[in-house]
Amino acid sequence: MLKDKIKSGVIYLDNAATSFPKPECVIDAVVNYMTQIGANPGRSGHKLSIEAGQIVFKVRESIAALFKIKNPMNVIFTSNATEALNIAIKGIMQEGDHVITTSMEHNSTIRPLHELEKEALISLAIVQADRNGIIDPKKIKEAITVRTKSVVVNHASNVLGCIQPIREIGKICKENGVIFIVDCAQSAGVVPIDINRDNIGILAFAGHKGLYGPTGTGGMVIADDFDHKKIKPLKYGGTGSLSDKIEQPDFLPDRFESGTLNVAGLSGLLAGSQYIQKKPGGIKGIYLHKNELQKYFIKQAEMQIPGFTCYSSSNLPSVGVIAFRLNNISVSDVAQILSDKYEIMCRQGLHCSPLAHQTIGTFPEGTLRFGFGIFNTKEEIDTAVHALKSISEGN
Amino acid sequence: MKAVILFHSTNHAIWAENELKESKILCKMISVPRHLSSDCGYCVQIDADDGEKASSILNAKNIEFDNIENYEGE
Repeated sequence: MLKDKIKSGVIYLDNAATSFPKPECVIDAVVNYMTQIGANPGRSGHKLSIEAGQIVFKVRESIAALFKIKNPMNVIFTSNATEALNIAIKGIMQEGDHVITTSMEHNSTIRPLHELEKEALISLAIVQADRNGIIDPKKIKEAITVRTKSVVVNHASNVLGCIQPIREIGKICKENGVIFIVDCAQSAGVVPIDINRDNIGILAFAGHKGLYGPTGTGGMVIADDFDHKKIKPLKYGGTGSLSDKIEQPDFLPDRFESGTLNVAGLSGLLAGSQYIQKKPGGIKGIYLHKNELQKYFIKQAEMQIPGFTCYSSSNLPSVGVIAFRLNNISVSDVAQILSDKYEIMCRQGLHCSPLAHQTIGTFPEGTLRFGFGIFNTKEEIDTAVHALKSISEGN
Repeated sequence: MKAVILFHSTNHAIWAENELKESKILCKMISVPRHLSSDCGYCVQIDADDGEKASSILNAKNIEFDNIENYEGE
């Protein structure tokens, strides 16, 4: 059974970093590829190569269905959301461009943007979120100038779990001819996303979080009506196509997929993506489950744990990520005790998001973070609350 | 008589094979014949008589392909 895959007694609450455990079908799919197929997709003409190619195509179809795009070729596989964001950001911005982003971004967005700013290629406006981490779309509108090329927004915070009003922001972008890039690392597989209705130009997703694939998977999804030739590739190399030419192909997905793909990982991602989409209740059900766990944890913790300070609001929609502290105890000490004494796995610190922690006033110490997954239960939360209570009381 | 549909990309070849099979067109993935294309991968072999029908299915689905060539194979 699933729980047998996890060491007995372990409570895993670090799903915002990487989801675990994975559904059985994900493990089976990886093993099946590694033992029965194993070949390189799209490079050779033999049966196993074609089978590998079929897997890759099916993941494209599954991801296209998840984000409601028509053309599966607009799904580009990368090693994670960070690589996808780097392709989008570094591939689109040109000298003199103005870019708007937010104070809730992960370093996967803010670092490539900052680098371009340092090189004096772009100018950058950072729109400040409120204390709950929410961006007011009006502030984005006010920040737009004649030089604004793009708006880059983290859909759901990896620190607070809060969800940005991307449809409204996307509408503003559309009305102003600005490219809307959305980091869906935390939201993909948890919040229903429709790339057209949400007015997204390009989105980045992680395969190893809410989609329950293995690490090393992720991708960039380009809207059906977006001219992909506006994006310069980050990598150049072999694609298995136009092999007589030394120019990089300009068609999708080959333009951005040089080098052999991680087919073992993608096999697992296919199973994970299908699993969450076919789950009773679907993505919406996962969203409701995570919100229920989040509300339950905050309520129980506030009732039982002395010195518990929560930074995530239980009144806002969430992807099941909660930032909190125990007063007067270092977050690293708490996380260490949770791991060593209670077998509870969570994350502490700044979560690669210094700006978000500055926004909520927890910089530079950071916070503890629980990230709930589809397999977490209220019983596990009860155990975690009990453990935190003991730590807080010095036991 | 057989023919092959050639593609820019093996990704499109696989997509095409799936769609053609769904439309009950007999087809098979084969290695790209060297004298027809420089690509490393595969193409879709069909009955030459199905060429027009296959072409219209692929166009309707916006699946890009290079061309259709008569090719009997080994």
